[in-house]
Amino acid sequence: MTEAIHHSSRKVYWRVWFQLLAITVVEIIVAFLPISDSLMALLFTIMALMKAFLIAGYFMHLKFERIGLIYSLVLPLILIVALAAALIPDGSVALLMRLGLGYY
Amino acid sequence: MTQEVIFEQEKILKSPWGGGKSPFGVSREKFTMWIFILSDAFTFGGLLAGYGALRASLPSWPSRLEIFSAFPFINAKLPLLFVSIMTFILICSSLTMALAVDAGKRMDKKGVIKYLLLTIGGGFLFLLCQAYEWGHLIHEGARLTSNPWGVPLFSASFFVITGFHGSHVLSGVIVLIIMAIRVAKGIYDKRGSYEGVEVAGLYWHFVDLVWVFIFAFFYLL
Repeated sequence: MTEAIHHSSRKVYWRVWFQLLAITVVEIIVAFLPISDSLMALLFTIMALMKAFLIAGYFMHLKFERIGLIYSLVLPLILIVALAAALIPDGSVALLMRLGLGYY
Repeated sequence: MTQEVIFEQEKILKSPWGGGKSPFGVSREKFTMWIFILSDAFTFGGLLAGYGALRASLPSWPSRLEIFSAFPFINAKLPLLFVSIMTFILICSSLTMALAVDAGKRMDKKGVIKYLLLTIGGGFLFLLCQAYEWGHLIHEGARLTSNPWGVPLFSASFFVITGFHGSHVLSGVIVLIIMAIRVAKGIYDKRGSYEGVEVAGLYWHFVDLVWVFIFAFFYLL
């Protein structure tokens, strides 16, 4: 019984590995497409988050931990999103200042 | 503070915690590693958010297809191929690490050592690749404060971010070597659990997780 469970978990690891590789290949293809930078950034964000879910969820086993642990670890990461949301628009303002287009 | 309150506090401190045993259902070691990983995620989150702000503030950025196009022993321009191979190595080492943890759950000592050695090999190979990449860019004239592509902040953020990640890989390799020695000594067999390998594995997977974001936002974007 336990042997069967372990056998299937090994299969899950190989499947996750293959999915990670597949997403990486798509990422590299997208990097060569003639699309705008912001669309590319959006696509990469989505694909990087997909890979992060696969690694954290299956390789790090987080998907099978208690819900309290998952929330305690994942919710604080909102602060990183908040930091990026605060800093990156500030960078765009700095660009206007560098170019002499705006004074703030 | 009145005497009664102090007495009350002492009573709480000395009594077993009323929240039940192990509220998160993981061991102290694993929980501590998760907290460390969270704090490390903030470090890398800060670095990448700062990189995003720098990049948004600059009118131009060196072309990634030009800069990341070197390949050892081949005198041709192969854009993004080398860094893709580095990513492949890291994903594979993450798989072998997961398989080592899985072998540990079956108390398969030989399997744990085999997969740990494969993971160490992958980490070492990744470090060699990074050493080549750094050497190549430094040879081309990239420095922490200047580079021939006219955007000094490019090489500044490149060396800081990949250097930070590379030092994490290096510490991960060292931790895994210590783990392999401990497994070979039979420490975890005696203890009846291979949880130490699992906790080291969490760190290794985190290093891979960080590379996912560096690869996407620094190399490909």
